[in-house]
Amino acid sequence: MATRLTHGLSALWRAIRELSGDDGYERYLAHRAANHPEQAVLSRRDWFAAQQQQQWTGIKRCC
Amino acid sequence: MSHKIPAIQTDYTMKTNLPPRTTRLATRAIWLVVALLGAAAVGGIALNRGETLNALWFITAALCVYAIAYRFYAAWIAATVLGIDETRATPAERLSNGRDFIPTHRWIVFGHHFAAIAGPGPLIGPTLAAQFGYLPGTLWILFGAVLGGCVQDMVTLFFSTRRDGRSLGQMARDELGNIGGSAALVATFLIMIILIAVLGLVVVNAMKNSPWATSTVAATLPIAMIVGLYMYKLRPGRVLEGSALGVTLLLLAVAAGGWVDGIPGLRVLFDHPGLTLAFAVIAYGFAAAILPVWLLLAPRDYLSTFMKLGTIILLIIAILWLRPDIKMPALTQFTDGSGPIFGGALFPFVFITIACGAVSGFHALISSGTTPKLISNERDIRMIGYGGMVLESLVAMMAMIAATVLDPGVFFAINAPAGIVGKEAAEAVATISSWGFPVSVEQMNLIARQMGEATLFARTGGAPSLAVGMASIFGSAFGEHLLALWYHFAIMFEAVFILTTLDAGTRVGRFMLQDLLGNIWQPLGRTSWYPSMLFSSAVVVAAWGYFLYIGVIDPNGGVNILWPLFGISNQILAAIALCVATGILVKSGKLKYVWVTGVPLLWLVIITSTATWQKLTSDDPRIGFLAAAQSLSDKLASGMLPPDKAAVAPQLIFNQQLDAALVLFFAALLWLIVLDMLRVCARHLQGKPVPPLSEEPHQPTQLEQAWQRD
Repeated sequence: MATRLTHGLSALWRAIRELSGDDGYERYLAHRAANHPEQAVLSRRDWFAAQQQQQWTGIKRCC
Repeated sequence: MSHKIPAIQTDYTMKTNLPPRTTRLATRAIWLVVALLGAAAVGGIALNRGETLNALWFITAALCVYAIAYRFYAAWIAATVLGIDETRATPAERLSNGRDFIPTHRWIVFGHHFAAIAGPGPLIGPTLAAQFGYLPGTLWILFGAVLGGCVQDMVTLFFSTRRDGRSLGQMARDELGNIGGSAALVATFLIMIILIAVLGLVVVNAMKNSPWATSTVAATLPIAMIVGLYMYKLRPGRVLEGSALGVTLLLLAVAAGGWVDGIPGLRVLFDHPGLTLAFAVIAYGFAAAILPVWLLLAPRDYLSTFMKLGTIILLIIAILWLRPDIKMPALTQFTDGSGPIFGGALFPFVFITIACGAVSGFHALISSGTTPKLISNERDIRMIGYGGMVLESLVAMMAMIAATVLDPGVFFAINAPAGIVGKEAAEAVATISSWGFPVSVEQMNLIARQMGEATLFARTGGAPSLAVGMASIFGSAFGEHLLALWYHFAIMFEAVFILTTLDAGTRVGRFMLQDLLGNIWQPLGRTSWYPSMLFSSAVVVAAWGYFLYIGVIDPNGGVNILWPLFGISNQILAAIALCVATGILVKSGKLKYVWVTGVPLLWLVIITSTATWQKLTSDDPRIGFLAAAQSLSDKLASGMLPPDKAAVAPQLIFNQQLDAALVLFFAALLWLIVLDMLRVCARHLQGKPVPPLSEEPHQPTQLEQAWQRD
């Protein structure tokens, strides 16, 4: 019971982090490590700046 | 891969792998109960006359209608009409780049999609449409959504997913030709301008002469910047920490607004008439468009998304907890077109006023934008496309409930402009009471005092009335003594995400304009070139700023003009999306299913064309733009107008004529694209050459196996 509860809570926490983009840099690092391990990665700050710029170039919010 | 997507049994696999007979019977029995309950609730709402109706009826009706539509209609469209193929690799998988194409768990995509589509529209439209009574709006929200809006969102999402996540404009160009593509682009740009203007007007009206609301909304700017600096400089990318800080500060700002309101010296700093606030919003819009996104736009969006989701959940809980009675009658006398909030009869104006929440063309831009690039498997499309819109429709139902639990007299006193009911409080209550909705000056003063406002008369735009409705619901559920806090919390919540839409819309408008100008003179097309950025931002802000300015100086509150214009343009965008979908269905040899998108399309063409016709030709100055221009110029010529009104009259006359031209242009765009679509379909059916289907070829998905392994 207690393990199931902690399991559920940690799944919820992971979902909140992913939805908000809080874990975005970790996912970026994982993606780079899996697909382009030979290339250098951006720093946390540079990644965040690039990600924000990319995120707000299209229609992202509606009425 | 860090993503774990469990292989969940879907309806499609159930067909080949039937559960035992008893389970099947039990399932059928449950759906039969849902159907009967839904029918009883809808019937109860529709046929009830005179008896007090509880909000629970609305929720029951909504949940049953949504459940049945989602389980049967949406599943049938997905499986049969669209031919969802779960073995097919999606663009997120094929083009995965860790930036915009990312295979994502369906609940996460659902969250992103819902946060993107749900703006202030579904809260404001139903509030305004409540002037017809609770019934017309409620039925349109329910059935418009499940037969129109949800279908539009889902099919657009599906077709875009099959086309590498291409935008609506590109799909229109690929599938129908250049005419359709250009019409879609122009319509998108214009709807953006009108949308921003009307939303700006809503915020201005909510802050007008309200130091508490104005100081709270003003405080959201430095708060967003603090959060932006935190996320960008101090702790890069720590979105949740920054948002928690920001939400805490926002709640403090709501309380601090009350404190500002109580100190005369501070109070005057934030006590402004509409026009001053309109210029402040215009200046803000320009600043937000040229500042870097990390400083203002992005952090504000994090805050507004959290506030939005939190408040909607809170509202649903409060309504379920409190189960308030509906006080508005099913139908009012204003179905004949004489309504005080906006002029125009039930048909077609209820369908124009409630766009978001029933059918919203803007959603097609999201469904063919970021969302299709995240979908990891086609079978998620029903839940995200159809299900996302179902949830937005539920939000619109909550807004309808919040509007109709108010005393109708109070509702009309807040929402009716001074130009209709009179400037003086005594005059206004006399007019409204004479309509059969009793209200007194004392009652209005008491409510205003409870809400911490100087007055609530003629606070048009929908936001104050929604805030009073929400405050009374929250207040009854969570504590009466906090009414003023709840009211200003609701105002802040609406303002925060209206301003986000305003920033984001200005930015998108700027990109579209730069794209367009780049064809004329290449350097103007460079999005990061500073002079081009300043110039195109200024043009976009000036365009919506003009309509906002005219809306503010309009004696009838401006909402009467701008909201129908917004509704018409939004529905026309929906019609364009449905045209593209209908064309694709016909070209894919699915003529027998064409009614799935064809019937909502036909309905939208009928209502937008009728509304356009009435807006152009009606003799009633409250409906017809040209009649309004004529009546005003007659008054001006005869010297009937007082000097202050005579001074702005020429501008108002010009604006009414401009609105007439604009609405005519919208209708022409619509008919252009409808006829173009019909031409392409007819040619296809005659075997003549048409633009080929631009669907990407099938590639088997590798993701499923990978997920099943780990």
